[in-house]
Amino acid sequence: MDAAFWIVQALNALQLSMLLFLLSVGLTIVFGLMHFINLAHGALYALGAFVAVSAAGFTGSTWAAFAAAPLAVATVGVLLYLLLIRRLRSAGPMNQVLVTFGLIFVFLDLFRMIWGDIALGLPEPEVLAGQTGLFGVVYPTYRLFIILLGLAVMAVLALVLARTPIGAMIRAGVDNDRMAACLGIDVDRLFFLVFCVGCALAGLAGAVAAPVLSVTTDMGTGILIPTLVVVVVGGLGSLKGAVAGSLLTGFVQTFGAVIAPQLAAIAIYAMLAAVLILRPAGLFPARA
Amino acid sequence: MTKLRISALGGAALAAVGLAAAPAAAEDYTVGMLLPYTGVYAALGEEIDQGFMLALELHGHEIPDHSVTVIREDDEVNPQVGLAKARKLVLEDEADVLVGIVSSAVLGAVRDFVHQSETPLIVANAGNDEATGERCSPFITRVSFSNSQVNRPMGQWMYDQGIRTVYTLAPDYAAGRQMMETFAAAFTAAGGTVIGQEYTPFQTTQDFGPYLTAAKAAAPDALYVFYAGGEAISFVKQYDSFGLKTEVPLYASGFLTSPLYVDAQGPAAEGVIGLLHYVPTIDTPENRAFVEAFRAANGRMPSEYAVQGYDAARMVIEAIKAGAADREELAEALRRVSFVGPRGPLEIDPATNNVVQNIYVFETVAGEEGLTQKILDVLEAERDPANGCELE
Repeated sequence: MDAAFWIVQALNALQLSMLLFLLSVGLTIVFGLMHFINLAHGALYALGAFVAVSAAGFTGSTWAAFAAAPLAVATVGVLLYLLLIRRLRSAGPMNQVLVTFGLIFVFLDLFRMIWGDIALGLPEPEVLAGQTGLFGVVYPTYRLFIILLGLAVMAVLALVLARTPIGAMIRAGVDNDRMAACLGIDVDRLFFLVFCVGCALAGLAGAVAAPVLSVTTDMGTGILIPTLVVVVVGGLGSLKGAVAGSLLTGFVQTFGAVIAPQLAAIAIYAMLAAVLILRPAGLFPARA
Repeated sequence: MTKLRISALGGAALAAVGLAAAPAAAEDYTVGMLLPYTGVYAALGEEIDQGFMLALELHGHEIPDHSVTVIREDDEVNPQVGLAKARKLVLEDEADVLVGIVSSAVLGAVRDFVHQSETPLIVANAGNDEATGERCSPFITRVSFSNSQVNRPMGQWMYDQGIRTVYTLAPDYAAGRQMMETFAAAFTAAGGTVIGQEYTPFQTTQDFGPYLTAAKAAAPDALYVFYAGGEAISFVKQYDSFGLKTEVPLYASGFLTSPLYVDAQGPAAEGVIGLLHYVPTIDTPENRAFVEAFRAANGRMPSEYAVQGYDAARMVIEAIKAGAADREELAEALRRVSFVGPRGPLEIDPATNNVVQNIYVFETVAGEEGLTQKILDVLEAERDPANGCELE
């Protein structure tokens, strides 16, 4: 167990964290803005992966698939918003949870009908096949790509939130939506925008995860719980929380599996419990 | 629920066969098919079902005086649901024989009911050793495989290839543990050493990176694993992407590179060596005919699951041919069935009611139409020890 071993494991943890970040950031900001929790977020991630497989089959290019998946999932997000979620805005959290929970099953069956039950795969882009030397270790190039993509999305979101008018409006909306509305900010429109971006990122996450994982109808349900853990641990509604939550979850899960494999299945839940005891609102909640 | 009736047509040639066999009254046999049509094993349930129906189509003429009705129920891979559906099939639909069961947990749940109601059950997948060991029943015959059967022989075989140290990985549930334990016992008995053994959380592990990194660090002669479904695809792709292929060869219980998954695994699966009771490249007339018929009907290569369904239907037909008329006679006849199927000669071991069959060591290689299976070795008539089973 030399240094190289631990560096590779740290990269593994980082790679997982970035995937969780792409998934959780949309979820947490939507929640911060509107107290709306979309349990079907995992299904949108799976949808991204399926669309990517089909798009790659159609165009022969994995890059095209990476572009098609976020667009397609955002489109589905728009439809979901217009047909369902807009009507649920004032329905109360229990109804929202029930409806989006039901959506999980609707999506599961849609996936089965369209793509079948046999697990699918997506080849990685040829440029990113193989391994790359880094810090004296050899690491799969494609996983480095996921890490870089996650960091890039993180940087763009941080810039938008901190430096642009729309970012300021989102922050205001998260901080106090009624006051923001009084100041003339169209909170509903903001919510719609953030919801669509969240959907697109979930689709992107599904597409970039597809070459590493297998594409199965239940992949969304498997990732939903760790994503919710990230959101709760990080604190609802903040980008910083999503970053911290996904890093913590990714590292605890990876190093839990390395150091105490027998406890790997419960490591992130133990961490969740510990965080909730020490910081009931999560690490960086948007509203203090 | 779907009903399908295959009635053999009367005809001069068929009538002649009918005369030659024991004269039995025309009868309608009801098969209760208990499979997961939804949930994680839906693809397996579908394959078994397609194999079963194909055999009725191709071999139905062997029982010209009789007809077979199939009633399907979805066990949802849930033991409680499976038991309720088994009761429904036996009590309400009055099934003469039950066929199916993919999950060992479902098999465990229906075992006592089947045994006590004295209903013959042909297990078409679930591999837990106990079902034809300690908890065997004269009413339960297994045409698929036992977990031991598709792992134990690899211990000696790998040792004979010069492999001395092995690192094992499998999902953390009953079948995963049973498979690794029987392999480890056989490999140790042959003289090898298992230098590391890890179980990954079942159905929640998507990233095998941490485990692969640890396995690589242990520097074994070979890796021995079992994974199925989505996990099999993720595992093989990640094994390749971490560059382990050039350093640590991958051996596996052959489900890992089942024909169902190799397309999704792609080139990563090349060179993986597995052990299984069926591969579509077996070069016999029986198998060539089967593969051709299956491809014509379903547009893809058959997997081991399809053969299990196919042979389950063959067993039903053979038992009917032997003149079995009721549940008791069917159960008795099923235990004495033997025939040559796509996977080679098959018989039911009267000591355990488990199938005795050839086991194939195969390598996944690139072929003309994508990946294919190259048979390296055939281990003939592999038979399980009684493992505490006392029939008669």
